[in-house]
Amino acid sequence: MTIALQLENLSKSFAVGRSLFGAPKGMVRAVHPITLTVGKGETLGIVGESGCGKSTLARMLVGLLEPTTGQIEIDGAALDNADPAIFGKRIQYVFQDPISSLNPRKTIRQVMEAPLKRLHGMKKTERNRRIAEIFDSVNLREEFLDRYPHEFSGGQAQRIGIARALAAEASILILDEPVSALDVSVQAQVLNLLADLKTELDLTYLFISHDLAVVEAVSDRIAVLYFGSVVEIGPAEEVFRAPRHPYTRLLAESAPVVGRPLTAPEAKGSELPDPLNPPPGCAFAARCPHATDICRSETPKLPEGGQSGAACFHPLA
Amino acid sequence: MTGFLKLLARNRLALAGAIVMALVVLLALVTPLLPLADPDVTDTANRFRLPFSEGALLGTDHLGRDLLSRLLWGTRLSLAVGFAAAIVAATIGAAIGIISGYYGGRVDNIIMRGVDMLMAFPYILLALAIVAALGPGLLNALIAVAAVNVPFFARNIRGITVGLAHKEFVDAARLAGLTNTRIILTEILPNVIPVIVIAMSTTIGWMILETAGLSFLGLGSQPPQADLGSMLGEARSALITNPHTSIVPGVMILIIVMSINLLGDGVRDALDPRLKSGALSRPMAATRVDRRAPVPEATGAGLLEVQDLQTQFHVRDRNYRAVGGVSLHVKPGECLGIIGESGSGKSVTALSVMGLVASPPGVIAGGAVRYDGEDLIGAPYRRLREMRGRNVAYIFQDPLATLHPLYRVGDQLIEAIRSHRPIGKAEGREKAIELLKAVRIPNPEKRVSDYPHEMSGGMRQRVGIAMALANDPDIIIADEPTTALDVTVQAQILSLLDDLRRSRGLAIVFITHDFGVVAQLCDRVAVMYAGRIVEEGPTQGILETPLHPYTARLMACVPELGGGKRRLEAIPGLPPVVDKLPAGCAFADRCTKAREDCRTSEIHLEREGARAVRCIHPETPLREAAE
Repeated sequence: MTIALQLENLSKSFAVGRSLFGAPKGMVRAVHPITLTVGKGETLGIVGESGCGKSTLARMLVGLLEPTTGQIEIDGAALDNADPAIFGKRIQYVFQDPISSLNPRKTIRQVMEAPLKRLHGMKKTERNRRIAEIFDSVNLREEFLDRYPHEFSGGQAQRIGIARALAAEASILILDEPVSALDVSVQAQVLNLLADLKTELDLTYLFISHDLAVVEAVSDRIAVLYFGSVVEIGPAEEVFRAPRHPYTRLLAESAPVVGRPLTAPEAKGSELPDPLNPPPGCAFAARCPHATDICRSETPKLPEGGQSGAACFHPLA
Repeated sequence: MTGFLKLLARNRLALAGAIVMALVVLLALVTPLLPLADPDVTDTANRFRLPFSEGALLGTDHLGRDLLSRLLWGTRLSLAVGFAAAIVAATIGAAIGIISGYYGGRVDNIIMRGVDMLMAFPYILLALAIVAALGPGLLNALIAVAAVNVPFFARNIRGITVGLAHKEFVDAARLAGLTNTRIILTEILPNVIPVIVIAMSTTIGWMILETAGLSFLGLGSQPPQADLGSMLGEARSALITNPHTSIVPGVMILIIVMSINLLGDGVRDALDPRLKSGALSRPMAATRVDRRAPVPEATGAGLLEVQDLQTQFHVRDRNYRAVGGVSLHVKPGECLGIIGESGSGKSVTALSVMGLVASPPGVIAGGAVRYDGEDLIGAPYRRLREMRGRNVAYIFQDPLATLHPLYRVGDQLIEAIRSHRPIGKAEGREKAIELLKAVRIPNPEKRVSDYPHEMSGGMRQRVGIAMALANDPDIIIADEPTTALDVTVQAQILSLLDDLRRSRGLAIVFITHDFGVVAQLCDRVAVMYAGRIVEEGPTQGILETPLHPYTARLMACVPELGGGKRRLEAIPGLPPVVDKLPAGCAFADRCTKAREDCRTSEIHLEREGARAVRCIHPETPLREAAE
């Protein structure tokens, strides 16, 4: 397996309470150092609940945020400058809200032309040919090109968003909740389209979502994020079927499944720890039924290599 | 553009302003062509002649100069200076605002503090200081007026830009390789221009006044050149003896500023997106009812009974049939799920129950909603208000949007109780704590005085549920209450609702798009498509043997946890728009089983035992499934 994307100790902290002059009052760690590799042609699913740092991670990967520590390697070459125009040709982003990711005052043609013109310096005729080609591959009609974003349904707008990402000819796509704003019947259309494009164009996906079933259906491997750290990573078919981290199990048991009786999987408070004042040790310890003293004093790490397993002192099964 | 002009013309005052303004501008433009006396030639023998005297239609001033001629030349100058000042102020102010808002951080901080300092001076003092430094003269007055107004534009535009700079389309543009300058020019600016125009249209009159004020003080136009302010200033000494010399320019200033302001307000109302979306047309307290057909008789099925409900939205000449004849009922202690995609009419059905659909444009065009036999549609507003929250309570999707951000959650709970019965302060607080306890909020004594923003999404939704429980209703209508929540929190909220209905005998109408949620919580399910129920029956039965092809296909679309990587069954196409529904089955165009007879005539909801389906070629015969 060739490595398409490699993250090493990538982390992000935000300063809080910064004044005009002088030092900030404190730092919030949104993403703890993460080391990950994604193989070429692989789909890595990233799941986690709101506030777990998945969007911050995604924005760092495409250069919209500068990492605090660590580096990103794409196809073996380090990319640690934060210039999106350079990132843009190698890695692209598909946004969660398809409508708000399109400028309401630009036609779809203008939206599509931007990456071709700015990243690839294409001439007018060449651009038109390329746009027609891309639109064909995402099943959109060319007559849409001269319309404005508000004239489209969510599913169509999301296909335009995907088309724009493809126009940059990046080999890696970050899909940040690409279907969570869509209706279920349209959601399946878009997911299938993404699967087709992947085989056709030999793409690598990072698929971020809070919907466990969707992530499981599209991913080869899944990483579970909690409070800014990867707590478990493994093959998609195993992570939720045989979870090793108690948090993964909690997630899997909370998902509503047809035929399973309604149970509240935990009685304790379900709020994330305070990021300004993080607890020592495992961030999940306060909610964990298996927590012992070591969990509250030392931070568990993923097994050596960090490519499979759970960051837990008392892994299940 | 034509839409904008139409909107503008509908506002009578703005139209009048536009006409008067157009006349004034036209007069100013043609002034050099008119056969007027020279405005600067003095003729002291003929000073202070009254209006309508021979050779001087508006009379003459203290030096015997023709007032009509001076008025027109003066108007021309005042308008030119006013417009120029507005354009200069808007350009500079917008540039500062965009740069400050786009880059943010320290750049923003430094620029905006500078602007604040500029604003701290009274404007006239600042203008005087600028003119004093530069020397009197019309051009310097223009600079002063423009400078004084720059902060107004800068602050306004910065606010808008800050919002835009964090929009996803700006990130997308950056990833498409656009530089900051290009992003500002092609992504931000086109979205800011309407705001600049609005701000200009409302301040231009003010700027003309300010210029006139400076000229009045002798700091603007210098003699003998006439502008409206200097004409007033020169006439001041003769105000008592010869009032017409003051009245003539005074009336012109009044006309100009009034017409510009009226026009400006009209432009703002027509352009402002917040007002366009209907903020100006306040919805009525209860949905308008316009029932043409006879009201169906009560049948006594269930505590809440919706009978052939039709709710429509009349937008201009279109009629959207959001709910096209929905019948359902729910018994005490029962949970009915309504499942459907966006636009299927599930939320409008729920809101119609208590007349909460916004009117205009919503109209209830037929059917009945019966609570314990009493028809609520067309009930007087007082009766509806009495029942809202007391008998039927709602839980909405986004608790952050339904809770008031400036009041403590406890006070909001007490308010909900107080709108139905008087309650003292201490007793109210006690009751609020009790409610928070009922929805299992830890440490309710402390949480009762929290503000909504201090709580997490799950906690806020619990407060939303507590508020719905505040007056011990019999029916709770929950409109996607867990869609905005994380899965672990969703599971807790669902089991809480389930406990509540069992312990209190609540009837719950649960609206969702998630089959997993329906399966766990609801006894019966109604599936909606394009404003109608296409299938109804016990949850278990529908999940095991769906009858309508839409139900079956919809269930197949949703991946189930534990299935591994796979291809999903998609439904091709999109739901129909509810203002032009096809003749037969609304799903026919997306259905693989559709035949000729599906598209010809109305298809009725066939009922057999507990099951009902609106399909003539169901997946399994209705009779078989009902057994």
